[in-house]
Amino acid sequence: MIRRAFLALAAVVLTTVFAGQPSFAEDKFIVVQSTTSTQNSGLFDYLLPIFKEKTGIEVRVVAVGTGQAIKNAANGDGDVLFVHSKPSEEKFVADGLGVSRSDVMYNDFVIVGPADDPAGVAGSKDVVASLKKIADAKAPFASRGDDSGTHKAELRLWKTAGIDPDEGSGDWYRETGSGMGATLNTGTGMGAYVMTDRATWISFGNKGDYKVAVEGDPILFNQYGVILVNPEVHAHVKAELGQEFIDWVLSKEGQQAIADYKVDGQQLFFPNADKGSS
Amino acid sequence: MDSFWGAFSGALGLVIALDPDLMEIIGLSMRVTLTAVFLACLIGLPLGAAVGTFKFPGRALVAVILNALMGLPPVVVGLLVYLVLSASGPLGPLRLLYTQTAMIIAQMVLVTPIVAALTRQVIEDLNREYAEQFASLGVGALDRLTAMLWDARYSLLTVALAGFGRAVAEVGAVIIVGGNINHVTRVMTTTIALETSKGNLQLALALGVILLMIAFAVNAGVMALRASAARAAYA
Repeated sequence: MIRRAFLALAAVVLTTVFAGQPSFAEDKFIVVQSTTSTQNSGLFDYLLPIFKEKTGIEVRVVAVGTGQAIKNAANGDGDVLFVHSKPSEEKFVADGLGVSRSDVMYNDFVIVGPADDPAGVAGSKDVVASLKKIADAKAPFASRGDDSGTHKAELRLWKTAGIDPDEGSGDWYRETGSGMGATLNTGTGMGAYVMTDRATWISFGNKGDYKVAVEGDPILFNQYGVILVNPEVHAHVKAELGQEFIDWVLSKEGQQAIADYKVDGQQLFFPNADKGSS
Repeated sequence: MDSFWGAFSGALGLVIALDPDLMEIIGLSMRVTLTAVFLACLIGLPLGAAVGTFKFPGRALVAVILNALMGLPPVVVGLLVYLVLSASGPLGPLRLLYTQTAMIIAQMVLVTPIVAALTRQVIEDLNREYAEQFASLGVGALDRLTAMLWDARYSLLTVALAGFGRAVAEVGAVIIVGGNINHVTRVMTTTIALETSKGNLQLALALGVILLMIAFAVNAGVMALRASAARAAYA
């Protein structure tokens, strides 16, 4: 009787464990190493069903920071790289790890800040001057600090402004070492300015009293690129399916789909595939 | 604290609506965790029992190591399993990265030491009681282990539940080796992490409440089974 009860328990466990495994059966899929901004903004949730409908190819997105995405792709753990840090992407191709790089779309970075605006930068269109003001006022600034595309872009801006934010590290300059959303959660929690891509900001659900403080500076431009991982380096890369995805994203139809994606009536990404590849 | 109470009504709403996406995620969570705990028990129960019963040189050290491994940081386990399963790693050709199997392996690595270490303690205590009798009856080594594992089954159920608790709540390892891919490797905890990073705190908390309810249901189910089995034993 007792044994029977235990056997029953084992049977329940086993059926739960082995029932419904068929989700593995589908083989026509690719892995895309991408960034948190494309995932958190909901772009992929919108694009990928359209692509699958047309081609039958399932796209599995691993959304991490650009730095980690590039490393994962370099290890061969992905067929396509879809990120936003042009210098690192060009290095990836130059190192022979990727086949070629194409511009896909862009959006822009903004600096968001609390309503009381302690550094007095709200409404500015000059990001370098604004960063100087923030550093002078020692107003809290939350940085990704995770080697992501956004983090690299932010560091380039500090350099342009001639400021070494590391001097304020742990004081007014706070590196969260996490993704965009997590950094926004942290930043809004401690009243810090945060540089974020506009797409993540618009779809972010925990804004509190935060507003866009600095926007519209041409150097805040944020270009996304797409690269096929080199099948000569990693033989298992699904080059054909991956290329099919890239071709579609760069096609008129794919570009239109990117332009069509809106949150609260606002377009998040602006397709610009024709502007050349390298 | 609107969002706090909102989370509970939100959780209730999601459960009542039987949202298909949510059901898929719950199913995936349960499949991964239960498989991992089941396999961890297959290894951990005999291993712990053997260390608890037999005397061999370095036994105390093994016990300490098992106990220490209970504190394995999930992120480190995730990283190790990633490096092993990565296309550039030793098991790369198996193509297991970003699959449920990879998540099961990571959770197994986390849970097996817990099951083994707690089993060792339970069986060691029992062995102290039984050793003399075993010796006088001349019971063989294997029979000793099975007899004690069977007699300690109720305590060992709790051991398995401790392993289940660790596995079902874990996010650091599965998000690295699973990749949190929608419909493939997205489970409860990685969904909660994703929704938190999207700033959807209320939804994230609602999902947390649901996860807690599932853990409660699993524990209650096992305890009920145990109670009815115990009643049957004395009937």
